Amino acid sequence: MLDSEFSNQLKEIVGASNVQDSKADRLAYSYDATPNFQQMPDAIVTPRTAEEVQQIVKLCASYKVPIVPRGSGTNLCAGTCPTQGGLVILFTRMNQLLEIDEENLTATVQPGLITQELIHQVEEKGLFYPPDPSSMKISTLGGNINENSGGLRGLKYGVTRDYVLGLEVVLPNGDIIKTGGKLAKDVAGYDMTRLFVGSEGTLGIVTEAVLKLLPLPETKQTMLCLYESLEEAATSVSAIIAERIIPATLEFMDQPTLEVVEDFANIGLPTDVQAVLLIEQDGNPEAVSRDIQKIAEVCEQHGAKSVKIAHSEEEASALLTARRSALSALARLSPTTILEDATVPRSEIANMVRAIEDIARKYEVNICTFGHAGDGNLHPTCATDARNEEEMKRVEAAFQAIFEKAVALGGTITGEHGVGLMKAPYLELKVKKEGIAAMKAIKQALDPANIMNPDKVFGKASRKRVVVS
Amino acid sequence: MSSSSKQKEIQQQFQEQMDEKELLNCMRCGFCLPSCPTYIESGQQETHSPRGRIALMKAVRDGVIEPDEDVEHSLNLCLGCRACEPVCPSGVKYGQLLEDARDIIQQHKKQSFPVKLMRRVVFKGLFPSQSRMRQVASFLRFYQTSGLQTAARKTRILKVLPSHLQLMEQALPKVPPQKKKRLNEYKAIGQAKKRVAFFTGCLMDTVFSNTNKATIHLLQLAGCDVIVPPIQTCCGALHGHSGEKDQAKQLAKRNIEAFEETDADAIVMNAGGCGAFLSDYGHLLQDDPDFQKRSKAFSQKITDISSILVELEFHRRVPLVLPAQVITYQDSCHLRNGMNVQQAPRVLMKAIQGVTFKEMKDAGRCCGSAGIYNILQPDMSMQILDHKMTEASNTAAAAIVTSNPGCQLQMAAGVKKAGHISSMRAIHLADFLLEAVQYGKKASSS
Repeated sequence: MLDSEFSNQLKEIVGASNVQDSKADRLAYSYDATPNFQQMPDAIVTPRTAEEVQQIVKLCASYKVPIVPRGSGTNLCAGTCPTQGGLVILFTRMNQLLEIDEENLTATVQPGLITQELIHQVEEKGLFYPPDPSSMKISTLGGNINENSGGLRGLKYGVTRDYVLGLEVVLPNGDIIKTGGKLAKDVAGYDMTRLFVGSEGTLGIVTEAVLKLLPLPETKQTMLCLYESLEEAATSVSAIIAERIIPATLEFMDQPTLEVVEDFANIGLPTDVQAVLLIEQDGNPEAVSRDIQKIAEVCEQHGAKSVKIAHSEEEASALLTARRSALSALARLSPTTILEDATVPRSEIANMVRAIEDIARKYEVNICTFGHAGDGNLHPTCATDARNEEEMKRVEAAFQAIFEKAVALGGTITGEHGVGLMKAPYLELKVKKEGIAAMKAIKQALDPANIMNPDKVFGKASRKRVVVS
Repeated sequence: MSSSSKQKEIQQQFQEQMDEKELLNCMRCGFCLPSCPTYIESGQQETHSPRGRIALMKAVRDGVIEPDEDVEHSLNLCLGCRACEPVCPSGVKYGQLLEDARDIIQQHKKQSFPVKLMRRVVFKGLFPSQSRMRQVASFLRFYQTSGLQTAARKTRILKVLPSHLQLMEQALPKVPPQKKKRLNEYKAIGQAKKRVAFFTGCLMDTVFSNTNKATIHLLQLAGCDVIVPPIQTCCGALHGHSGEKDQAKQLAKRNIEAFEETDADAIVMNAGGCGAFLSDYGHLLQDDPDFQKRSKAFSQKITDISSILVELEFHRRVPLVLPAQVITYQDSCHLRNGMNVQQAPRVLMKAIQGVTFKEMKDAGRCCGSAGIYNILQPDMSMQILDHKMTEASNTAAAAIVTSNPGCQLQMAAGVKKAGHISSMRAIHLADFLLEAVQYGKKASSS
């Protein structure tokens, strides 16, 4: 329960109607899209300006109340689960597209703006914002920035980080700082913009962002390559890149994933093959058709039993939308669906796919794999039941093994979902003790009272994935 | 009973009766959020989203929170439009979860005597009885034609009603004379290709009986022998959605028995709200050993008028013509989300010569009618309607075509509210198609 004096002051800042603290409201903000994490906040607050955010932060600092900034709650690392209670801050009233600057090719946005809304608006002007996380229909840009979200177009265009030019941030001490700007070049001091991107709300609250835009590619083509084995599909991925072709999208889905996705989408995906690659190339028409033809040849040389090119934009977009539904569609299989995003250098993709198969067999767990094969970012997804303790132990062990293998191959424990609470126990595997110490030093310097999204990234050393209640 | 012990009982019933597997099937990805009208209209409040409501149901079941007023409000504010179902990659059957939860809460509701009486009269006395429905409709007709309506409006006596009910009073169509007798069988015009049974519905067969006539006629033109079982009754959707599940089951059984005798290839209906509920009889009666199989067989035969017309290529064989005009379509949520019928109505409308079909933005989003939602939750309903009318007005359509009586009434109210009464109308697809048939006949003979 919040101190009543605190509560009153909070209501004075934002108005009583923008503070919710009924049990139903608190329950509704107790989770995100990560299975098995749930904890109620003490209240939910919806500020309208950076100044209101500033006052809220100052108030929380003086009362030592934890703050969890939350977009639409679609993250997959328990990053917005308020594990220590406190305040959840929503940005539903700070959701405007402030400007599209066609001369500098930038968009200035508030954190609550929905990703897809931005994409639509800029595409109407012939511009392009590439980061496209699968949840983009509902995810917010504030959330994308804090999680440094990836997406299907990451291979060619990079991730959210590559499109953030400047930020306005409220620091844990209440200072408002502006980093970067509408600048292609800017080396004035530390690159604070990059520090805040992907900081998971642990260092401050983003209240505005300047994003980089590109000219919209003239055209695109989409194709589906069908394989009788996972390994052939995986080796095709490295072979395509080795041909000096970088497709915009190069996605991988295995048979069980295809089956559930087709069950949902009904678009005629093949369910009788072991794996498919979903490939898209964009650019000028000549280059696109040349690349697509070359990719088809490479895939056939590496065992693709057939290659299908989408004939219309609708068909292409149906394929990509279907792929975006993969994780949630896998939830059809079992009561609990645990998804990871171990990532390796793309040359190691075939090794990693093989390792995942071996590990699943060894620990007797059901793992389906799909993901952004082109950038080495796989999503091994375990269909399990959180109520079955014995099985959950094996699931834990299997994922531990997957992480270890990924790191051994020069990869990482998470490519795009973030550490949050879920992967905090594994962070050391990737960044080592010294890496954690350096990160903690930054955290300590900016947020000495540890009020900003506590527990996230570093967690509590020994915590494993358990139900928090 | 004290409220805390009542809450304990609700909780226990949640544990016993709510489908845990289905609750767990929601993996909270949030893909449903942008489809939910109340999430959007409430300024993106999680408690008014499908994911939030499922989380609340689960939390009540798990004993994490009590089923208090806020939980009930969250469930009540749901339109039940089920727009979240087709976009859910996990395939969560949200509509069923909602109905089950509402049913449990309703059973424990201590209602004031007038509310109790009202519910009993409406749910038990009125809707299941076609003769009483006819009496009410006759009264409505008398009210509209005798000068009583004019007098009531002039004397401003209607001002005692809340504004949304005044609007509904004005939006009601002119009720046709109520006839008791109808043929039980209508022969196909031309060669018979199919033998279908027609589900008349209670509201459709009284206030909207002209639409039923039009539907039967279209079926005959499409080559159907149409059987109309006389003992059929209300589909029970209003009961089911309002937490009167037992009543709904009784009605379902009566309908199944009535239609089993016809041995028809398909059971055709023309109200999306009924159709989706009839299609769910299989779930409603899944625990009833006598009706388990029979209800599934019944549900499988349910077909919307638009689907069967397209299947029989009605639009290719019968000339459909109307004077030049723009039209648009408001999806019936339950037809679209419950029965997965989206394209067939559009195919038919686009086949009419002279007509330009213009899709309104978010045509698939609920209009706010939602059964009796517009009476129970007027504020949200009117807010949704205003946004709907903005989109409808943008198409500059002369007609908003619908596939469900509730939507038609709501859209008529919207037209009135937006001040478009002289340039726009709301009409059922069957009536609209019949106009096109008749105009087409006139055009070819002249």
